[in-house]
Amino acid sequence: MVNGIIGKKIGMTQVFAPDGTVTCVTVIKAGPCVVVQRKTASRDGYEAVQLGLVEDRTPKRVSKPLLGHFGQTDKAKARGKNPIPPTRILREFRLENSEDGTKVGDSVLVGQFTANDEIDVIGTTKGRGFAGFVKRHGFGGGRASHGSMFHRAPGSIGASAFPSRVIPGTRMAGHMGVARKTILNLQVVQVDVENNLLLVKGSIPGPKGGYVLIRKKK
Amino acid sequence: MNNPIIDDVEKKGLRQNPVFSIGDTIKVHVRIKEGDKERLQIFEGVVIARKHGGIRETVTVRKTSFGVGVERIFPLHATIIDHIDLIKRGRIRRAKLYYLRDLRGKAARIRELDTRAEKMAAKAAKAAKANNK
Repeated sequence: MVNGIIGKKIGMTQVFAPDGTVTCVTVIKAGPCVVVQRKTASRDGYEAVQLGLVEDRTPKRVSKPLLGHFGQTDKAKARGKNPIPPTRILREFRLENSEDGTKVGDSVLVGQFTANDEIDVIGTTKGRGFAGFVKRHGFGGGRASHGSMFHRAPGSIGASAFPSRVIPGTRMAGHMGVARKTILNLQVVQVDVENNLLLVKGSIPGPKGGYVLIRKKK
Repeated sequence: MNNPIIDDVEKKGLRQNPVFSIGDTIKVHVRIKEGDKERLQIFEGVVIARKHGGIRETVTVRKTSFGVGVERIFPLHATIIDHIDLIKRGRIRRAKLYYLRDLRGKAARIRELDTRAEKMAAKAAKAAKANNK
């Protein structure tokens, strides 16, 4: 049993409950995924599956080594590999025990989740470029008016004669975003098995169209 | 404007509301829960704004209650709304009637839209249909 799936963020909307409450939800197109590779403890040192996300558009140009990985080349076929249509995205999911019956070519679907399940969503955050202190670390900044002359500057970044240097790890301006981020314990609001849709309460990292990993809460 | 997949998701939650526009007078019947009893509360007033789209659409309804202006914003597809009645159409020239907030009494009235021709046409169409049968 694979406890996860690859998805694509579609966007956000709201859902009205019969008691009148409103829930903000993120719509994720989750799967269908296909098992491309099965990693075993004896050969790879750990138990895992590599999933590929099946999409409407298959990649046009796939390098020959990758085609071999998908079992498309003659050499791979000769070695008894089942050909799988190439996918754009490949991600690994750990398996809990070695007696798992998951095989290459198996499909992984959104039906593994049900409403009210708790899940973790992993995605790549939107890029903010070179961001200042205020945006990047939530510093307060200074007064806007009354002649303060101190607006969004960092202020002091260390002491004087001792230690005569800046402590490593001091929070400063710099590149923000485009980082892997995991949001824990999100609630599944609805599962649409027919259309491979997952409605998750709250927001998830990344832009619309960004790829995310979804796994059951650990 | 929206993503077709999101439109599809929202479609399941959409309510059938009567067609009305800015300037119309409507009655909104809201379900109110008191203890374990449920009753309907009616809010009647002029639609002064309609905002957003899809399932997030809202209307701002304004009325004058004991000389005090009262505005309520209703999400059009909320489950607490039982139904909406259209009382009368209004003839207006703005998309948002926020100017009504500054007006009192007779000045704050909205001219009724002349729907006689429309009604006659609808009646004639109905009669023609009946004749054909």
